[in-house]
Amino acid sequence: MINKIASSIAQSLSGIRDGSTVLIGGFGTAGIPNELIEGLIEQGARDLTIVNNNAGNGDTGLAGLLKSGRVRKIICSFPRQTDSHVFDELYRSGRIELELVPQGNLAERLRAAGAGIGAFFTPTGFGTELARHADGSPKETRRIDGKDFVLEYPIHGDVALIKAEAGDRWGNLTYRKAARNFGPVMAMAAQRTIASVHEVVELGRLDPESIVTPGIFVSSIVRIDRVATEAGGFKKSP
Amino acid sequence: MSHYTKRSKQELARRVAQDIFDGAYVNLGIGQPTLVANYLPEGIEVVLHSENGILGMGPAPAAGEEDYDLINAGKQPVTMLSGGAFFHHADSFAMMRGGHIDISVLGAFQVSERGDLANWSTGEAGAIPAVGGAMDLAVGARQTWVMMDLLTKQGESKVVKACTYPLTGIGCVKRIYTDLATLACTAEGLELIDKVDGLSHAELEQLIGLPVRG
Repeated sequence: MINKIASSIAQSLSGIRDGSTVLIGGFGTAGIPNELIEGLIEQGARDLTIVNNNAGNGDTGLAGLLKSGRVRKIICSFPRQTDSHVFDELYRSGRIELELVPQGNLAERLRAAGAGIGAFFTPTGFGTELARHADGSPKETRRIDGKDFVLEYPIHGDVALIKAEAGDRWGNLTYRKAARNFGPVMAMAAQRTIASVHEVVELGRLDPESIVTPGIFVSSIVRIDRVATEAGGFKKSP
Repeated sequence: MSHYTKRSKQELARRVAQDIFDGAYVNLGIGQPTLVANYLPEGIEVVLHSENGILGMGPAPAAGEEDYDLINAGKQPVTMLSGGAFFHHADSFAMMRGGHIDISVLGAFQVSERGDLANWSTGEAGAIPAVGGAMDLAVGARQTWVMMDLLTKQGESKVVKACTYPLTGIGCVKRIYTDLATLACTAEGLELIDKVDGLSHAELEQLIGLPVRG
């Protein structure tokens, strides 16, 4: 019998090793698996490489993980935000490595990892500073049909932490609105994918036509409470 | 000395919106370009794309109706129109890179006469770099339009012979909509589309410091 439902966040995250590459979903306020990130801080793995669109806000969630000193490197598209002071300080003091990747290349590099693609030529970034490796050497380029492209490699994750809406014991997932963002491609790109869901449903309850991430890409799901949003969305019941 | 009035931000947004056609799939960049949505001509249907995974994005919700799972690329709450769809990031950027988005409207620090774009970094020492979707938006859409003031606060032209700021994309900008004139970037340099009343062609060329055909 297949049962991917974890009984707790701690159980879902057990065994994550030092040195892992951890893909973390979310964009803005949508789809950030905050409970799993807090769980990862407690779990204690160190020397991590984190892949996320941003580099954390405020002092909790991803910023809290960075603050814990367990992140060696971050791969992201937009680290600078008004309240990204934790990252800013680590970066300025040389205590974290940054690989800046255009957002579409980030998504495609994850997709490529999940799809078994060795590398791909993309027009994004050609002729810019981001068409260079960390050591300053140029990335491989090629002109195809009169258009210039840069060679980009996949980003494989050891672990992906994503936030979905509903899941079943086979690991099938649905998402809610723009909270989907990086979830489906990160789920594909990691050896082990852990999804938090607000609802665990009986097998067969999710409409097969509406499943966004099929369970084959998911290792475990863990139910979390729905956090109240400040306005609209899901308000706390009175 | 001739007298002319600059287009206000609203007038500039209205000018850009005039050129958006019925049935267009459009991505409006963060900042000034988002204003364009308020001025789309009556009677046409335009589908707005948001890079975080939305087609058919609607206006901001009424106060108290915000849903933080429904936000735009600038991370502000938005609404959905009937017919809208959600999708993941790789699909969203495939829409851009794959040439499915008709028009991408972006802000800029500098644009070269041949359409090179600099809008992601001022290259300032010690600044934390951040690129987001800027490079994908610049090269992916069928047409990339820039919307900006023609001059910096110091009076220097942001339309230049060659960008001095770090590039976002090469030869990708087709049109530049500014508070003083609308210009086309071509392999042969700048071409005038329109300019504000009272601004002479010679004055415009002097402000830019480059020849403008037309």
